[in-house]
Amino acid sequence: MLHPVPTLKETPSQTAGPYVHIGLTPNFAEIKGVYATDPGSTMLTPDTKGERIVVSGKIVDGSGAMVNDALVELWQADADGAYVAPMSPNSNSTPAFTGWGRQPTNAEGVFSFETIKPGPVPGPDGKPMAPHVVLWIVARGINIGLQTRLYFEDEAEANASDFVLNKIMDPRRRATLIARKEPGAVPRYLLDIHLQGDNETVFFDV
Amino acid sequence: MSGIILPGGDGMLFPRDRAWHPPAATPGYKSSTFRAPKHALLSLGATASELTGPTFGHSSLNPLDNDLIRNYSQDGSEAIGQRMIIYGQVLDENARAVPNTLVEFWQANAGGRYRHKREAYLAPLDPNFGGCGRAVTDADGFYSFRTVKPGAYPWPNGGNDWRPAHIHFSVFGHAFAQRLITQMYFEGDPMIWQCPIVGGIPDKAAIDQLIARLDRHNTTPMDALAYRFDIVLRGRRSTMFENKLEGN
Repeated sequence: MLHPVPTLKETPSQTAGPYVHIGLTPNFAEIKGVYATDPGSTMLTPDTKGERIVVSGKIVDGSGAMVNDALVELWQADADGAYVAPMSPNSNSTPAFTGWGRQPTNAEGVFSFETIKPGPVPGPDGKPMAPHVVLWIVARGINIGLQTRLYFEDEAEANASDFVLNKIMDPRRRATLIARKEPGAVPRYLLDIHLQGDNETVFFDV
Repeated sequence: MSGIILPGGDGMLFPRDRAWHPPAATPGYKSSTFRAPKHALLSLGATASELTGPTFGHSSLNPLDNDLIRNYSQDGSEAIGQRMIIYGQVLDENARAVPNTLVEFWQANAGGRYRHKREAYLAPLDPNFGGCGRAVTDADGFYSFRTVKPGAYPWPNGGNDWRPAHIHFSVFGHAFAQRLITQMYFEGDPMIWQCPIVGGIPDKAAIDQLIARLDRHNTTPMDALAYRFDIVLRGRRSTMFENKLEGN
């Protein structure tokens, strides 16, 4: 259906400030006893289907310094390439996999998610996009949250035909979204996020 | 309905008006200097990855999560400060309520001091104030919480910069691309207009959208003032979800 011209403007963004961890990961900020656990701290349950992986990286600023006060959220499809359907508003049920994680960067500027390898999700052209996770980054000095994606090095064929990666004209910049794999019992996918500088990560206006 | 099909498809979000938000680099706010991307953002028509988002039921909340006066009480005492109720409606740009979405908030105590190990301001900590809380919006998009008014505080930016009293807000919406973090200020505070972080927003009308209004009708007599702060998330074309009829 057609909509009238929007009647309201989106609330302007403001920096999450230096103490975003107080609000969004209070236990990590050593404010104990308010929440039993920090939201999004655990993505997996024993019932989660899919290959266990770790998604991790450093956040680096334009001076080369590690960003040790950031907060990262991750949103992804399940192993079948489906996003968790919205639960009914007052549902008490917890899905085996929520698809959503939230982690602080540590003193070395490193974030880390224990999750599963996502399946491919259909793109706007109907073809599957390469497996990926969406990342959203906020911190002191970031005036509006930065959205990007992490793709997987071992999906080279799918990456080559990915709808989003192919929108990046400069192939060198595509590489800023592709995580390298460290094999192991639980494979680790590592991707450093550069806020600025020669290796600046591709961020999206979605 | 007449069944008009729009190019771009149902469920697409309205483009974000980046001129209404602060740009990435705002030199008056020094921390943005090395943290602002310099390349243009890649315009991406949102896909399923951005049009979906996590949901949170009311069941995941504790009863005191929206009461910062009591949720960190160590000895049964309440937090010190000017008692307030903050409430408002979460809407989208079409002025439709956004129900069942998570709103989180954090703030300094009445003296302007955060409970954080890196916080260096000399104002005292309140042993009964943690400074964080959360709520899920109701069927009409309303949230509310109780707290004390945060103090203003100085910060190392321009040598003598002070933050106006403010509360940080984090809001989800129903699409991950609606995700928003912002700050709420208080009506009548002259320091709003001197703050380098606020000043990164180019349009005065946009700043005005961050200022909560004193609401005399909803004060609790002899207890708490009320302030109203409505939050607007991005609008989207309508998609009928059988299990989410409130979105239509």
